Amino acid sequence: MAAAAGGQTVGRSSFSRAAAPHVASSSTAAGVKLGPNGAAFVSSGIPDLDRILGGGFLIGSVVMIMEDSDAPHHLLLLRNFMAQGVVHKQPLLFAGPMKEPRLFLGTLPAVASSKEDGRQRGMGAGTSSDGRTSDEALRIAWQYKKYFGEEKTSHAEHRDKQEFSSDFDLRKPLERHLLNAQNIECVSTQEGDTLGVLQDRCSTFLSKLPRKDGGNAHAGRIAIQSLCAPQCGYFEKDWDMVSFIRSLKAMVRASNAVAVITFPNTVLSSSFCKRWQHLADTLLSIKAIPDEDKELAKLLTGYQDMVGFLHVHKVAQTNSQVPVILEASTFSLKLRKRRSLVLERLNQAPVDGSGGPSLDASGSCSSSSQGSQLDF
Amino acid sequence: MEEYGGGDLLSEAMGSGARVVVVEDRVEAPGAFALHLLLKRALAGGGAAALLALAQPFSHYDRVLRKMGCNLSLHRKSGAKGGAISDSFVRLYGDIQRAIDASRTGDNTGRFTLMIDDVSLLEVAAGGSVDDVLDFLHYCVTLTSEMNCSLVFLIHEDIYSSEEGVGVLLHLRYIADLVIRAAPLSTGLAADVHGQLSVVNKCTFREQRLKAQRIWNFHFRVKENGADFFYPGSRY
Repeated sequence: MAAAAGGQTVGRSSFSRAAAPHVASSSTAAGVKLGPNGAAFVSSGIPDLDRILGGGFLIGSVVMIMEDSDAPHHLLLLRNFMAQGVVHKQPLLFAGPMKEPRLFLGTLPAVASSKEDGRQRGMGAGTSSDGRTSDEALRIAWQYKKYFGEEKTSHAEHRDKQEFSSDFDLRKPLERHLLNAQNIECVSTQEGDTLGVLQDRCSTFLSKLPRKDGGNAHAGRIAIQSLCAPQCGYFEKDWDMVSFIRSLKAMVRASNAVAVITFPNTVLSSSFCKRWQHLADTLLSIKAIPDEDKELAKLLTGYQDMVGFLHVHKVAQTNSQVPVILEASTFSLKLRKRRSLVLERLNQAPVDGSGGPSLDASGSCSSSSQGSQLDF
Repeated sequence: MEEYGGGDLLSEAMGSGARVVVVEDRVEAPGAFALHLLLKRALAGGGAAALLALAQPFSHYDRVLRKMGCNLSLHRKSGAKGGAISDSFVRLYGDIQRAIDASRTGDNTGRFTLMIDDVSLLEVAAGGSVDDVLDFLHYCVTLTSEMNCSLVFLIHEDIYSSEEGVGVLLHLRYIADLVIRAAPLSTGLAADVHGQLSVVNKCTFREQRLKAQRIWNFHFRVKENGADFFYPGSRY
């Protein structure tokens, strides 16, 4: 609880107030946020994920995302991460198992238009929680009211931090001029033995981004899609891949950058999968949900908007041995109005009990135990 | 050893005289904190240590241990050194031996501790050659009798849970005098309890073993300046 609450208010809680003026005075580069313990963050491109992870992706860390074997939902996270970097004009290195990795840039989402944004903001701030409730009032039972306060503050907070993390509209592609103006490098991992090439490219990319305390340097982003996919030239060279991740981790530690690696964990043997997981600083996994799962639909509110679950296994830590314990580790990945990506804690649907309050209570008990099954 | 740490459960369970300590952990329950505690203990009271830091940069250990009241930078010249692994284990072993020799010169004849964080990365550095890693570890074990040296290895247990690659873990368990195993709670993550620790003490060469307990199980909670150890349900 404490960890999650602390994470939500990074940079503005009383704990770090002393550091706040320092932040203002030091010329913090766009898209870099300072946190407690000398940490600096870049945004993941999804405001909710930033909040969950306590500020964003930690600079100097390796984020690994375990893919779902059936659905490409990891690309949603990867695209938002890359698009956020492009919007902040941060250097970006992308590697993917495709012939023309530069084409992937065409699929990056654009920042949601300001008009749309304003409307949403007005709704969040002006009409407060009641405005939000009205459209979902029928579905949300009274015991979920406590979540509204939280949501409202996140909206308000989000408004202040507009420049740190943007809302992306998944239906619109990112403007061409942004992509062309950038120093974006692309590497194909498909043909030949490209792991050595990738490592060289990463090291030259990172050598331009030396580590500076205070976060006033530009932060770089490395995005690697499906590192161990079967179509990669180095597929099944397990030890080479682990060794690559290890050296990438060491390089990222020493530089002002974040690396995000997605990998299809099912093609790795279980022992190598564990090795990869141990090497990750932040470890997430994505699971798609089946379209017509009646049981799940009954259990969870807002099921029809959900596209998958995000599970947080590990959260990166700087200079501390205390693990981050989140209040909840499983979140539902939703597309709000089919355009923006949101993460929400799982809310159990109210039981449509026709009995009295006592019956109702027992019903909610059982549903919560089922919910915890989902949790772990 | 007992005077440091104020008689917490872990030091009670560890007893004294363990030469080879193996810390096992999992993805869900990192055991690095146990390594930090042992490093602090090793350096306390004029001891010297060599830390083979493969998992984290030196500054990480420095800052974590500073919060625990131990200034690693001060100790650095006296033998605690981090750094990347060299390509050959022979040279690495030579470096370690030289560090031990250097710490033994003069009137400083205290204990020397060699710590490896972590053994699975040693395998990665060896390009997957298990035999090379085992050879190196056995060379390290010989140091315990020759040089009054004790060893602390961290290893990720869950990597070796499948049948194809149990080799290194089984060997380590065999040569260990003491196994500290960190595991997550079966009920999931909690803010107050970060996991459970089971300590298996195999020290058989002490007379105290008759009355001493061999297997300990308790919960732990990691803090910035150390860790709390307590029996299940005895604290909250």
